[in-house]
Parts: sequence; C-alpha cells; structure tokens
Amino acid sequence: MYDVAIIGGGVVGCAIARELSKYQLSTVLIEKEAEVGFGTTKTNSGIIHAGHHSSLESLKGQLVVKGNEMFDELQKELGFGFRRCGEIVVARDEEDLKTLDELKELGEKKGVKGLELWDTDRLRREEPNLSISLTGALYAPTAGVINPYEFAFSLIECAQNNGIELLVENPVQSITSTDDGLVISTSQKKIKASFVLNCAGVFADDMAGLLGLSDFTIHPRKGEEYMLDKGLEGIVKHLIFPVPKGVSKGTLIIPTYDGTIMVGPTADEVEDKYNVSTTEEGAKKVFDFVSSMCPSIHPRSTIAEFAGLRAASNTGDFIIGTTDVNGFINVAGIQSPGLTASPAIALYVLNILGKQGLELIQKDEWDPYVTPPPRFAQLSPEERSQCCKENKDFGNVVCRCELVTEAEIQTAISHGARTLDGVKFRTRAGMGRCQGGFCSSRIMEALAEDQGKEFYEITKRGKASWIVCPEGKED
Amino acid sequence: MLGRMNKSYDCVIIGGGPAGMAAAMGAMDTGVSDILVVERDPEPGGILRQCIHSGFGLHYFKEELTGPEYAERFLEKMIDNDVDVVSNSYVSGISIDSDGSKQVRILHPKAGLSSIRCKSVVLAMGCRERTRGAIRIPGSRPAGVLSAGLAQKFVNMNGYLPGKKIAILGSGDIGLIMARRLVLEGCEVVGVFEMMPYSNGLTRNVVQCLDDFNIPLHLSTTVARVHGRDRVSHITVAPVDEKFNIIKEKAWDVDCDTLLLSVGLIPENELSEKIGVALDVITSGPRVSSSMETTMSGVFACGNVLHVHDLVDFVTEEALSAGRYAGEYARGTRRPADSIELVPGQNVRYCVPHTLSPEREHTVYMRATQRMQPCLLRVGNLLEKKLRFVVPAEMINLKIKPDLLDKFRGEHLTIDLIPLDDDKKMEA
Repeated sequence: MYDVAIIGGGVVGCAIARELSKYQLSTVLIEKEAEVGFGTTKTNSGIIHAGHHSSLESLKGQLVVKGNEMFDELQKELGFGFRRCGEIVVARDEEDLKTLDELKELGEKKGVKGLELWDTDRLRREEPNLSISLTGALYAPTAGVINPYEFAFSLIECAQNNGIELLVENPVQSITSTDDGLVISTSQKKIKASFVLNCAGVFADDMAGLLGLSDFTIHPRKGEEYMLDKGLEGIVKHLIFPVPKGVSKGTLIIPTYDGTIMVGPTADEVEDKYNVSTTEEGAKKVFDFVSSMCPSIHPRSTIAEFAGLRAASNTGDFIIGTTDVNGFINVAGIQSPGLTASPAIALYVLNILGKQGLELIQKDEWDPYVTPPPRFAQLSPEERSQCCKENKDFGNVVCRCELVTEAEIQTAISHGARTLDGVKFRTRAGMGRCQGGFCSSRIMEALAEDQGKEFYEITKRGKASWIVCPEGKED
Repeated sequence: MLGRMNKSYDCVIIGGGPAGMAAAMGAMDTGVSDILVVERDPEPGGILRQCIHSGFGLHYFKEELTGPEYAERFLEKMIDNDVDVVSNSYVSGISIDSDGSKQVRILHPKAGLSSIRCKSVVLAMGCRERTRGAIRIPGSRPAGVLSAGLAQKFVNMNGYLPGKKIAILGSGDIGLIMARRLVLEGCEVVGVFEMMPYSNGLTRNVVQCLDDFNIPLHLSTTVARVHGRDRVSHITVAPVDEKFNIIKEKAWDVDCDTLLLSVGLIPENELSEKIGVALDVITSGPRVSSSMETTMSGVFACGNVLHVHDLVDFVTEEALSAGRYAGEYARGTRRPADSIELVPGQNVRYCVPHTLSPEREHTVYMRATQRMQPCLLRVGNLLEKKLRFVVPAEMINLKIKPDLLDKFRGEHLTIDLIPLDDDKKMEA
C-alpha cells in the first residue's frame, strides 16, 4: 500500500515525485515507457517562459511565473542544462506594436521582471540577423532555454535517491476504487495507493475514463520542430517569438541550451495520440514563417526533425484538482507553459494532497542534489587530462561527432539509461552529424552488458522499437 | 608496432583506414621510418573491415580481394616496417609551433591526453554517411531507419540482421552491396528507390547486386513518408518530376520493417576545419596542391576525407602519393608552389588536386555533373580525349605528364567534359 501513486513520468510527474520525496511517504511513479521523459517531455521546445503570454485569470497564468522563478535553484541542485537567454517578441507591423504594449502591461501585472520595449535600432543592435522589416520588440530577460529531458532525468534521479520507487514499462490497464484506496493494475502488477495522481499527459482523459470520469477531454495538439545545422549557431541570441495570434504562441526560433538552433513548433490538432510524425506541410509552414523573421534560415539547413504532442484540454487551461472518485487527483491538460510551471504545479498538488488529509511530515534528511553527469566535450584540456587520469574510460571516445566518452556512457547507464535513446538524451551520443551511424552498435553492447541482455534485446526506446532481429545470421 | 606511441615522430597519420595505411607506406618509400598511425576504431583497417564482399584490389593488386584481405596486406607491411599504430584513439586538435613542427593532441584510453610532436601530418579520416535528417524524410521516427553502413556493421561485425523486409533509399554503392548481402542472408529486399534518373553506384554493382538478384531499382523515385510507431511498418514512395518534386498522385505504399539509407557520403573534415585548413565547397574536402598538401604547410590529405572515391584502389594510389610528399616534407624537402590552377569547366563537378606544377607527372581525379555517352575530355587547349561513357558515380582519372604542361604558359587550366552526339559512330 502506497500513500501516493503517480501515473506518468513526464516533467510534471517527476517534479511531483521529487517534491513528495521530501516527506515521510511511500510513493511510486508508474510509467508506461521504458524511461521517464519519453513522451511530451522529450519533444518539448525546451523553453522556460517569462510568463507574460498567459492570462492572469487562468491557472497556467498563475503557475508559470512562480515556476519560472524556481529554476535557478533547481538548476543548482540538479545540474540540468538551463540558461536564461531571454526572449523577444517581435512585432511585424503597427498593430503588433499595440499588442506588445498590452503584453508588457499584462506581464508587469503578473510580476514578470525586467520587461522592456525595444525600438528597431535596439532590436537591430541586439539581433542583427532578424528581418529589417520588423517594427519593434518586447524583451523579457527571465525567459530561458532548458534541456527538458535532462530536467526529467535529474528530477526522478533525485526522487529515487530520496526513496521514491520508479516502475517503467508498466502501462496502466485499469484503476478501481475500493474502500481502503485505489487499485491500479498495470501490464505487470497491481498497485494499491491512497492517492493517485493522474499525470498521464495526452492520456490523462483515458486514465480518468478508467474510473468512469469524463469531466474533461484531451485534444493532442502536435508541434513539429526542426533542428538546424551547427553552422547557424549564434544566428540569434534570444528566443524569438512572433506576436501571438490564435491558440499557440506561434512559430519560434530557439537557440537551444546546447547551441543548436531549433525552429518550430507547428500547432495542429490530431486524433491519434501516437501521431508524432513530421509532415511536408508542417516543414513548409515553419520555414515560411521563420524565414520571414530571420531570412537566412533555410530548410536546407535541417539536420533533424521531430514532433511532439501538447496535452491540450477542452478547457484550454490546466486541470488540477480532486475528482468525484475519492483520492484520484487530476494533474491534466498540462500544455504550454507546463514545463515552466511544472515545479509550481508540484507545490500546488502538494497543497491539495495536504488539504485532502495526507499527512505531510518532512524527512529529517533529504538530499536535494544530484551529481550532474560529466560532459567531457565541455571541459578544458587541463580538466580533460585530469578526468583521464582519474578514469581511463574518459580516454575512450565512443561518439566522435559530439565527443562523448566511454565514461559518460557508463555513467548514463548507471544513472538509469536503459535504451539507445536513453543514452542519447543523457549524453548526446548519437545526436551529432552522423546520427549514431558509428556509435550505435557500441552503445548497444554497453547496454546489453549492463543489463545482462543479448545485443538484440536492446531497443531504441522500449516496446517494439527493436533495432536488430533476434536471430543472428548464423542461425 | 601495435599500441606503441612515442613523444615525437617524423610523420603522424590521422586515420588507419585504407588511406592512412597507404599514406604510411608512401612515407616509408621516402626513407622515413618514424611514423605513427592513429586509429579511432579498436583495430586499423577502417571501413574495409566490415566490407567482407570481394571486388577490392582489381586495379591495384590486379586480383580480387575482400575488404579485410585488402586491409591485411597493408597492415602486415606496416607492422613489418615497424610503423607505430594506436587504436581507440581520437585526435582532438593539431597546433603548429613557430618552428613549423606540429603538435597532435591525442586522446587514448591508456595514455589519456597526450601531445605528440611531428614534422608532417596526413589527414586520412575518411567519410561518413548522410543521414535521414539531412535529406528530410517526413513521417514518424521509429526504429528501423538506418544508414546502409550501420546495417553492414550489424550484419558483418555484430552478426545480426537489421530487419527482415528491407527497402533501400538511394543507390550508393554501400546500399547496393547491402541489398545483395541481405538477400543472401535470407531477407526480402523489396526495392531500391533512387531520386535521380540514374544510379549513384558503380554500374558493376547495379548489375551484380540488383539485376542478378531480381531486386527492382526504381529511378526518379523517392521515399515520401515513413510510417510506424515503434518500428517501421511501411513507407510511402513516390516518383519525382524533373525538379525533384514529389508527384503525390502517383505515390504508393511499400510494406517493410526496415529502411536503409544510402544517400551519399560526406568527408569528415571537422578536425581539418578546426585547425584552419581551407575546404572546397564542392568536395567538402581540403583544397590541396599537386603534392596533396593542404593550405597548411606540412599538413597533407588523401582518401575520402579529401573527396569521396568509388574504388579503394584509387584511394590507395592517392594516399601513397600523399604519404610520399609527407615523408619528403618530414625529411626537409620543400616543393615550390604550384603555378597552375585547375578549373572545373563545363560538366565537371570538381577536380582534385586543385593546382598543378609543370615539373612532375600528376593524376587528376574528377567527376562529371551528368551522364554523357560519349563525351570529349578537354584540358585547356593541351589535350583532348574521347571517353565512351561518363556518369557522376564513376570517378575519372587523368594522368597529366610534364611534357604536356611544358607548353602551357597560363595560370588557369580549365577541364571540360563535352557531350558528343555520335553514339552511332562509336558503336560502329
């Protein structure tokens, strides 16, 4: 019997898990994929929003500013890639300039710090590669970029270090309400808990549906993203937003934490909750729009593309709270700015749990820190030399494109990577120019050795994502 | 000696594939014996190690060898001549001291980070395959989309099949070789799809790997979309018009669990760029003189890092020559600067080397921009030669003798390939 079971290991589930790990509780996080962060989290734009985009009345509007403020400390404790690069919303005509004034006023009301209106001269000085037709900009220094998957990995690692249990590859099949708690049946086991937190992202309505609840629906909204060649690194310094029109914040230019420029996302509602395909039309939309803001960005520069689904709800806002089923709490509809809001959501949920009678007694000892994984490529020659002296595996380069060493691969595996993608997102091995052409088989060997599995049992990202056939050619 | 690494060398060769090994032999020919070959894989041999098919060595050894056999011949010679070879090693940078000597920074599992001093350097890092991202195929991103070279590694080195029902995009040589290989291993190869109106591989490979096995080659056709959630379930293919736009109305679905990509090779010049060697935008390799010397004095280049070759035999020839010049350089010989610049003219995509010197014999390697049958190869007003058949996939080698250049007084020498409209005459 657990006090709390969290369904879903995206950033929201992981942030809640870490928050709950501070207390004398037994908590389990149940994830259907092979690793945490493999759903919407992994395919997120990776933006920590300043908070002036969403209205004051909405729950997301209230949680985003608070969430943003929490990231400096979180970064210190957890060591994920995060940089406050600032964002600018660019105006394309006179009418847009009026909207910028409104955004500034709204932002200030919400407590967003440092907002500044820039005229064209200032804009040109700060971002000389943007189109000369732009008419002005609103600058928000507190916005930043983050590696969202590193955030999720470090949150869950910290939570696990502090006693939270993690179950992966356990898709939830049914949930029943009994007199003494809720019983969750996964493909592998039965789990009983007093409280169940529904953090299932695009599948949150399905989870609620298992208990006969139908008070909200999720309408996945797909966003396609395009990563551009290293040659374009530095073309913009800030996150570039257009003046928002319609449901999404528009198509952006994102100088990611690792330096790669990413453009996107699109916003298209889809039926299929597994539809994360990119499309020719999506690419056209993204590049037509982005090149109007920054003319030197061209589709030819694409090195990788992917898509993710926003867990948008029918209300358009976050749906966080109790339900008609005792102990079952929704943390649903967490669309943008959900990543930014996630640590604030965790506190908000904790408060609900307290009100619902969960006894929250802080542990005497709680370790907020995790050791960030080594990043050999980012070290100076002296530091590299020192690393090699301490551990010979640093002298063995596995991924030559991103300069990732055997020592980093081993660290990733010992910190929970179980799949090729898990290693890739923790180390960047396979993210470079050759996209894993040279290093994949070596990483598969390392994973197989660690897990005591055969080479063929290693998958790209769990389930049916097999890489080679089980039968060797000798069979 | 395998595994030995001293503090200084006459010549350091970066890359232990066919180019690096031949460069070591070239350097030995000049009397230099103090040579280090740095290899990033666990063993030298490069991509030859996984090319277990035959067809190597027909030009150079005048016999047909497998990839590992071809590599073995050079490896034995290196070991016999006491060339030092370090494996699992990565070169992180090269700097040049004020006296012209080079410091090569090497990362090695046992030695850690070391700096090796040498007189000359040969860049022989080879190339990598173009990826799905670079050619932008829309659709989902399941497991089962991989480069033909990685599939070759899985099959020939790891002993596993990448799938059962295989589609191949692109008709590069590795893709063609893998089509045959996978059929022989019991897979079904449903087809090879090539966007260009001609194959990008050698004619002999189209015949021996596809035609002989009844594998369909669909020209002017490309993959429009990848389907499948966790693993590839099928692909949508479609013909393209003359501007390579997909003709959606004529698209069809092909069942498969694997999509191999053989869509081109890219010289791996990240190190060259880092140290400031000037690159040619067409070849993506260094600009080199007739001594195979890059724009940095004492730094030479050869093999696929310089430009992508279709036969290893030509890599060997080129690398032997680069190695000889690197050896000479280490012994103090300096060649005068070349006086003639080679200019790729009509229908010529590129020429390597980029400059010539009138006092020596040169081999010029070049590629055509289109298929021509027959055509006239014209070198300025010095030489005209009729070629029966020219395709972009097959490199053209041209020997230029000093007596030819004797008469030449200009600074720019243009090479053209002019299509001839006399098929009938040729056949007669």
